[in-house]
Amino acid sequence: MSSRDVDVTLGAAGVGGLSTTEMVLNIGPQHPATHGVLRLRITADGERITAAEPVIGYMHRGAEKLFEVRDYRQIMVLANRHDWLSAFNNEVGVALTVEHLLEMEVPERATWARTLLCELGRVLNHLMFLGSYPHELGAITPMFYSFREREEIQAVMEEYSGGRMHFMATRVGGLLHDLPEGWLDRVDAAVSTVRSRLPDLTGLVLGNEILQGRTRGIGVLDLDTVLAYGVSGPIARASGLDVDLRRDEPYLAYGELFGEDGPGRVVTREAGDCYARLDVLVEQIQVSLDLVEACTARLRDLGPGPISSRLPKKLKVPAGEHYCASENPLGLNGYYLVSRGDTVPHRLKLRSASFNNVQVLREMLPGTVVADMVAILGSMFFVVGDIDK
Amino acid sequence: MSGVRGLLRGLGTTARTLTRRAHTAQYPHTEPTLPERSRGVIALLEENCTSCMLCARECPDWCITIDSHKETLPAQTEGGRERSHNVLDRFDIDFSLCMYCGICIEVCPFDALFWAPDFAYAEGDIRNLLHDKERLGTFMASVPESALPTAEEKG
Amino acid sequence: MLAELPWALEAGLKAACVLAAFLTLPLALGQLEHKLMGHMQGRLGPMEAGPHGLGQLVADGIKFAQKEDVTPAAADRPVFRLAPAVALVPYLVALSAIPVAATWVAVDVPASLLLVLAVTSVGVIGTLMAGWGSGNKYSLLGGLRAGAQLVSYELPLVLAAASVAMAAGTLSLTGIVQEWSWWWLVWQAPAAAVFLAASVAELQRTPFDAPVADSEIVFGPLTEYTGLRFAFFLLAEYAGMVLMALLFTVLFLGGWRGPWDDAGGGVVGVLWTLLKATAVAVGFLWLRVAWPRVREDQLQRFAWLVLLPLALVQLAITGAGVVVLG
Repeated sequence: MSSRDVDVTLGAAGVGGLSTTEMVLNIGPQHPATHGVLRLRITADGERITAAEPVIGYMHRGAEKLFEVRDYRQIMVLANRHDWLSAFNNEVGVALTVEHLLEMEVPERATWARTLLCELGRVLNHLMFLGSYPHELGAITPMFYSFREREEIQAVMEEYSGGRMHFMATRVGGLLHDLPEGWLDRVDAAVSTVRSRLPDLTGLVLGNEILQGRTRGIGVLDLDTVLAYGVSGPIARASGLDVDLRRDEPYLAYGELFGEDGPGRVVTREAGDCYARLDVLVEQIQVSLDLVEACTARLRDLGPGPISSRLPKKLKVPAGEHYCASENPLGLNGYYLVSRGDTVPHRLKLRSASFNNVQVLREMLPGTVVADMVAILGSMFFVVGDIDK
Repeated sequence: MSGVRGLLRGLGTTARTLTRRAHTAQYPHTEPTLPERSRGVIALLEENCTSCMLCARECPDWCITIDSHKETLPAQTEGGRERSHNVLDRFDIDFSLCMYCGICIEVCPFDALFWAPDFAYAEGDIRNLLHDKERLGTFMASVPESALPTAEEKG
Repeated sequence: MLAELPWALEAGLKAACVLAAFLTLPLALGQLEHKLMGHMQGRLGPMEAGPHGLGQLVADGIKFAQKEDVTPAAADRPVFRLAPAVALVPYLVALSAIPVAATWVAVDVPASLLLVLAVTSVGVIGTLMAGWGSGNKYSLLGGLRAGAQLVSYELPLVLAAASVAMAAGTLSLTGIVQEWSWWWLVWQAPAAAVFLAASVAELQRTPFDAPVADSEIVFGPLTEYTGLRFAFFLLAEYAGMVLMALLFTVLFLGGWRGPWDDAGGGVVGVLWTLLKATAVAVGFLWLRVAWPRVREDQLQRFAWLVLLPLALVQLAITGAGVVVLG
C-alpha cells in the first residue's frame, strides 16, 4: 500500500456523523504570517478553509494623492516607499515615465548604472523572501543566511546612495551621485561572495524534503487564473506565463542584456505551485547576479562621463499622458502619468504588482487547510505597502 | 518521505556554520563603519546659512522651520553703503517627520547643510526629535571631510 | 546510599535534589539552545546578561515574573489557570523515577518505565486544557492538533520502549541499564529511531511543532498566556526535553555505563548519563535549527505509516532475538 492511498483528512465535514460548525477566523491584520497588516477573513470548517477574502487597506497612505502636490523630485521620496523591498526599481520607474513624457535623453552611463542598481535591488528583494518564506514554514535559519547575503549587497548599495532602504538615488535625467572610486570592483566582489555562499541557503531551503513536502503541489495556480487576475512577476512565471518586460518591452539597458548573446534569460516553471514560485525566485537571483556583472563590465568600458543630464531649475513636464511599465521584482509595475504642464503631476496612477497578486488568494485558498494557507500566502511574495499604496 | 539527503544537508550546513565565525557585530560595543555618503542625520553649518528658505520649501513633508530677521551692518568704509543681511533666529528640523531624502542638502546653494553618519539619536519623547540649530550644529563634527566645501570653494 | 538516614529526611533530601535538577537542567538546556542556535545561524546568541549571556534565562525569568497575569474574559477560568501546572508537574514526577547512576535514583519503583511513560502522557492534558480553556480559535486549533498528534505518537513511543523492556526482560529502568550491552545499539537501532522521532513529536518540537506553529496559529494553546503561566509552559517544554533525553539515554545508550566496565554507582556514572543525554538534547535542538515543520496530516501519516510499522517490526525482531538468545 503506498502512502498516497490513505487520505488523512482534517476537519472533514461531519466526521462520523458529527455535525460541524464553520467558524470565521481572522488572519490578520496582526498575524505573523501577513508581513504587516494584510487581513484575510477565512471561513473554516475545522482546519479546512471554505472561503477566504483578502481585506486590504489597513496601510493605505494615499500615495497617489500625495504625488499630486509634489514635484518630480519629491515624488521619488514617496515612490520608493510603497514597495519598500523594491525601492530602487520604483524610483527608476517614476523617473523613466517622466523622462519619456519629457522626451529626454539620459546619459548612457546613467542607464547602465540604473540597470545595475535595479538588479541589485532585485537580488535584495528575492533574498528577503528566500529568508522569510521558509520562516513561515517553521525553518528559522534561512532568514539569517539570507540576511548575511543581503548585507553584502546592502553594503554596496549604501556606499553608492547613502541609504539602506529608501535609496533616493534616482533623479529625473539620471542619478544623483557619480559612482564612487573603486565601487565597481566592490560590487563584483559582493556578487561573487553572494554567488559562492548561495548554495548553502538554497540547499537549506529548496533541497529540504520537508519543505518540498509542504510546497510541492500546494497552492497550484493555473495559467487561466493568472491571466484573469492579472497576476505578474515570478508568481505568474512559475505558472508558465512567459512574460518579462525586461525582455518583452525593454527599458533601461535590458534590450541589450536580454538580446542575442546577452546574459539575461526569463525564468519560467510549469507547475504553478508554491515550490515552483520559490524555485523561480532562486533562479532569478542567479540571473540578476549575471546581469549585475554584465553591467559592471560595461560601466568599466564606458569610462568616466556624465551620470545625469542637466535639468531646468523648475522642471515642468509638458501636458500629455504616458503609461510606462517596468518589471519590478514582485511583478509588473505600471505608472500612468497625466501632466497638465505643471511642476507637479495632475495624476500619477500606480499599478502595483502585489495588489493584483494578492487578489488571487480568494481563488487559491478555499479547500486548503490552515497550514497550507500560510504556505500559499507566503509564496505570493507580496509587500503590504505595495497592495495598499 | 522519499529521501533524507536534503535533511542531512541541512544538518551539515548548520553544523558547518557552527564552526565558523559569526557574521554579526555586537552593536553597542562595536560601532558600524558607515560609508561617507551615509544618510544618518542632517548637520547645519550655521554661518553659511542665509535663511533663503529653499530647503524648507523643497522639503517633501515640510519638516524644516526657519525664522530670521534682517540686520543692517554699518558701512565698512567712509561714505559706503549700509549692508543688510539675514540673521538666522531659528532653524529646526523635525526628525519625527524627516524622510531622510536629502533634497534639502541637494538644493542648498550655500553649502550649509550636510549629511553626517550619526544615527544614535533616538528619544523617549517624540518632541525631543525636534532638533534646533545648536543641536544640528553639533553634528558638523562628524561630517566626512570629503563632503565639506574646500577652502577655495569658500573663496 | 542514603539507607542509614531516617525515612522522612531521606525522602525530603531526594525531593530537594530532584526539584533542583528539575529547575536547573531545563535552564541549562535553554541556554545551550540559545548559544547553539545562535552559532549555527552565524550569530553569537545572548551576550549581554552576564558573561557570554549566561544569565539570560534568569533575566527572562525575572521579566516573566513581572508581567501581568492576564486571564481572557472568554476563557474558562479554572481550566485556563490550572493548565500550566498540569503540563509541568508530570515531568517533575517522571524525573524522580529516572536513574542517573546505578544507585542514584530518587524513587526506584519496580515498573519505573511504565510509570515514566504513563506520567508523561498526562502532560498533554495540560496542552489540551490550555487550548480549550483559552476561549481563542487559534488556541483551539492548536489544542486539537496537539491532542491528535500526541494520541498518534504515543503508540510508537510505547512500542519502541516495550521493545527494549522485552530485550531486558524487565520494566525497571535500572534493570534495563544493567542488562544493556553495547551491541543493543545495533539490535535496537530501529526502536531508537522510532523513539527519537516520537519523542520530538511528543515534545512538539520542530519538525513536529504544528500544534504551536507561531506563523500559522500564533503559538496555538499558548496564545493567551502571559507572565509566569507562559513561563511554566516553556519550562515544561524544556523539562520534557531533559526527561526525554534522559529516558533515551537510559533505554538505548546504556545510561550511566561508560565504554569501560568500571563506572557505575558514583559521580562518573552521573557524568556519563549527563554527557549522553546532552548529546541527545543537542540533537533535538539541531533539528529545530535545520528543518522546517511538517503539516499536521503529514505527521499523522508519518506516525501511522512509518513509525508504527517500524516499531512493530522491531518488536518482532526483539522477540525473535530474545527467543534465540534466551
